[in-house]
Amino acid sequence: MSASARELRDAIIGGQASARSHVEEALAVARGAESGTRPLNIFITLPADDARCDADEIVEHTNDTEPGLLLGVPVAIKDNIATLSMPTTCGSRILDGYISPYEATAITKLRAAGAVLFGKTNMDEFGMGSSTEHSAFGPTRNPNAPDRVPGGSSGGSAAAVAAGIVRIALGSETGGSVRQPAAFCGVVGVKPTYGRVSRFGLVAFASSLDHIGVFGRTVDDAARGLTAISGFDKRDSTSAELRVPTFIDSASESVKGMVIGRPREYFPESLNPRITAACDAALERLREQGAEIRDVSLPHTSLAIPTYYIIAPAEASSNLARFDGVRYGLRMQGDGLRAMYEATRSHGFGAEVTRRILLGTYVLSAGYYDAYYRKAQQVRSLIARDFSKVFASGVDVLLTPTTPSPAFGIGAISDPYEMYLADIFTVTANLAGVPAMSQPIGTVDGLPIGGQLIAAHFEEAKMFRAAFALERALHGVDQ
Amino acid sequence: MSVSIDDVRHIASLARVGVNDEQAAQLTSELNGILQHMDVLSRVNTDGVEEAIGVGARGLPARADHGPPIALERSTDAFAPSIRDGFFLVPRLASHESSGEA
Amino acid sequence: MSATSDWEMVVGLEVHVQLRTRTKAFCSCSAEFGAPPNVNTCPVCLALPGALPVLNAKAVELATRAALALDCTVNPVSVFARKNYFYPDLPKGYQISQFDKPLATGGHIDIGTRSDGASIRIGVTRVHMEEDAGKSVHDRFDRVSAIDLNRSGVPLVEIVSEPDMRSAEQAGAYLRVLKQLLEYTDVSDVSMEEGSLRVDANISIRRRGETALGTKTELKNLNSFSGVERALKVEFARQVAVVSGGGSIQQQTMMWDERAEEVRPSRTKEGSHDYRYFPEPDLPPLVLAVDWIDHVREELPELPVARSQRYADEYQLNEYDREVLTASPHIADYFEAVARPHGDAKNAANWVMGEVLARLKATKETIGTFRVRPADLAQLLDLVRDGVVSHTAGKQIFARMSETGDPPAQIAERDGLLQVGDDAQLIGWLDEVIAEMPDEAARLRAGEKRLTGVLIGAAMRKSGGRADPRKLNQLLNARLGS
Ligand SMILES: [Mg+2]
Ligand SMILES: [Zn+2]
Repeated sequence: MSASARELRDAIIGGQASARSHVEEALAVARGAESGTRPLNIFITLPADDARCDADEIVEHTNDTEPGLLLGVPVAIKDNIATLSMPTTCGSRILDGYISPYEATAITKLRAAGAVLFGKTNMDEFGMGSSTEHSAFGPTRNPNAPDRVPGGSSGGSAAAVAAGIVRIALGSETGGSVRQPAAFCGVVGVKPTYGRVSRFGLVAFASSLDHIGVFGRTVDDAARGLTAISGFDKRDSTSAELRVPTFIDSASESVKGMVIGRPREYFPESLNPRITAACDAALERLREQGAEIRDVSLPHTSLAIPTYYIIAPAEASSNLARFDGVRYGLRMQGDGLRAMYEATRSHGFGAEVTRRILLGTYVLSAGYYDAYYRKAQQVRSLIARDFSKVFASGVDVLLTPTTPSPAFGIGAISDPYEMYLADIFTVTANLAGVPAMSQPIGTVDGLPIGGQLIAAHFEEAKMFRAAFALERALHGVDQ
Repeated sequence: MSVSIDDVRHIASLARVGVNDEQAAQLTSELNGILQHMDVLSRVNTDGVEEAIGVGARGLPARADHGPPIALERSTDAFAPSIRDGFFLVPRLASHESSGEA
Repeated sequence: MSATSDWEMVVGLEVHVQLRTRTKAFCSCSAEFGAPPNVNTCPVCLALPGALPVLNAKAVELATRAALALDCTVNPVSVFARKNYFYPDLPKGYQISQFDKPLATGGHIDIGTRSDGASIRIGVTRVHMEEDAGKSVHDRFDRVSAIDLNRSGVPLVEIVSEPDMRSAEQAGAYLRVLKQLLEYTDVSDVSMEEGSLRVDANISIRRRGETALGTKTELKNLNSFSGVERALKVEFARQVAVVSGGGSIQQQTMMWDERAEEVRPSRTKEGSHDYRYFPEPDLPPLVLAVDWIDHVREELPELPVARSQRYADEYQLNEYDREVLTASPHIADYFEAVARPHGDAKNAANWVMGEVLARLKATKETIGTFRVRPADLAQLLDLVRDGVVSHTAGKQIFARMSETGDPPAQIAERDGLLQVGDDAQLIGWLDEVIAEMPDEAARLRAGEKRLTGVLIGAAMRKSGGRADPRKLNQLLNARLGS
């Protein structure tokens, strides 16, 4: 079945299907994915009956004069976004069974658009990882190649879409956790401008880098999902008070006259030549449709990973201090308060989270702040400046590879820093806060690879214009 | 800069994460392995470069001084690990024990 | 051994003041005291996963007002920072405060004048905004501590002074003037009892004449202004004893024990504090328009010094009267509301400082709830001045007013306290007295002047104190001509 979210919605409005039948179909596909010798382990929670009930309530809205953009469409949710009806574990033992007493703004908006919440997906603990191997609930497998990782940290959401269970899923990213798994799983993944989607209810990893993002089978799915959850929220002081374009409308706009930048730092000599070739083929498709391709430079790109791995752990060490066993979540008994804290946190957090908490505590601690955190925040300004300069020079959108390689094998990467390099092409957009997305542009050894589009702040519409054009050219998906 | 095992024990205690000697040794080498990749930053000239604080923000929005607060759909009893008479309970601490000031 | 007189103390104060807002600093929960435990809480102040802070505009305004009243420079851009430490009553594991870019810097408070007339000026290093922590109750249940987060997130300003104070008395004066300024600007309830004003003191010693600063200790658990002064004296003596005994001062936190009148090192391990401050990523920098700051400055009420000066110019009140009347803005307002209609400011001042303050002291009422409204008191003073009631009767009427709140004229009428100046009536009383005391009357007529008082007194008694004594005198002289 290849129906897009738009088709699911149209079928309901047209009366050929119901939200309930969509949910039943999704449940059936999910059962298939989780059966057999190598279950994909996509969901941490999938309460079939809740989904059925939600679907049945949709019926009332099918005749609304303005049916929601996601009317009757099942949407899977990454397990670090607060939902009232299902637990929110962040893939961590420390929140095992925790049910949020309030709901994330993005979830409220999804429901307002008519979506049916369809389960909570597996993830690297608190978003810390690029493979969804670092989950207290076991690793998720890549639907395209079950011995490989789906990427991460939003691996469960990417796999849910790739496996055909849902057309749209919410993910989150701090350094590429939507775009990288989208690339590994062969689906579309978009991260909006920082401030475009409220973070209220997204469990924080690194507040200045965290974004909620959207997975889709098609560019329209992703654009549709993002339109539904975007907009100013007075509960998030970093959310932007700007009107939100209907991103699916970009489909009708051509790329004629657009300037597409090819940043040379994203095509190093060492890069797999077939990935370079796939990107250049994509650029050629855009040129054929009237876009101008321009060679550009983002000189500070090589500093992005070290910068990111100072700022993100520093903020994480503070954001994760609230998991202390006092008010909610796991509590381990200990002789005295300090023992209770240390037992709860050492037992509750996995190895990667512990590593990053200590790394972050170290770079903020007395005597090291200036050398690490302050310096990294300055370099971050330089990286952001690279983007502003390029976009100010008349470039509309950048095209790069999303990842330096296709999906790697489960357990293949053990060195932490080597794992960090999986984000080498994606962290820059989080550091600069600019919108970026990944979409399938080909395969290497039968494994999907992604092409990344990056635009200037709040220029998602331009980015989608290029994405729709590329999708039409590469896959003949007609809008 | 390189991290000693005592540094690791100190930051682990700051972060209230219990680590045994084996873990401390392991983490020491892992952190040093990671931090060596950070040294490249020290060679970047950032004279006069602003730190990236509040990227892209146009000032700080503020709310009016009234309620209601964001509602709790479940009460504290529903999620607190240990609660009595509405209080969260923790192992007894002597007053002023390792308290920071307001 | 050297005498304490060879040494001087060097004191700086850190004062935390709760801002008078309806709701908390970063969420819309009520900031009121006294609710059942954890009732005034929400996802934000419980630090639930995913919750985010949103700043209370009123808190910014009050903090700015306080900073301007202390003559600080308010920074157009200030930055909130996270102060990281673990404690069960600190839900997020960090306190949202301000660090290297505070709201305001570089102010001062004048706490008195030196013998040479120069004013004693104490520098205010900085004023910054932060949130309060919750409350840990250690004695309610056995073997466990109880956490109440109703106070968690309540808005505070921290006011940090320069180490400019040289005596416990100066520290006390600094606190009283500070409290007065915060009352005048209506920034806070400033009650140490309710914890809306808290004081920590940093103290070091040095030989008189030296300029270098010694190692300081921090005094905590100070529960009253007088407690601050006593604790400083005790700690000063301790430090002098240590140093003159050849020892050296350890930088540490000392807890003041009010009952034992002594200081003890707290259990806190110094150096165990490494707060790892960094800019709060959930809150962009606070940007204040310069004209908004100017507006807040213009809206500041008249401050004590200006008000006292005006009392000198407008009312010609002496320094003592001005000090008593301007100590509290509420007393000062009351005084002016009496003086204006009545006209005679000195008389109004005497009554407010005498009768009114005495009454409040006796009944522990506050001026806000005092039954005698200023307009009524002004009327009473008019009645006395115009001789409608005698001064003695005036005091009786005031006493009744402060019980019933009735207007003075009504009371005077009802209780028959109106002064009688009618000749016939007065002569009647005099005749009766002369008839009852013929002997004294004769001796007075014979020139024994000192008997005047006796006869007048008797006539006053017959009138029940209502007779106008002046007129009575004239009539008696006319009668027993002399
Ligand atoms: Mg403070
Ligand atoms: Zn609250």
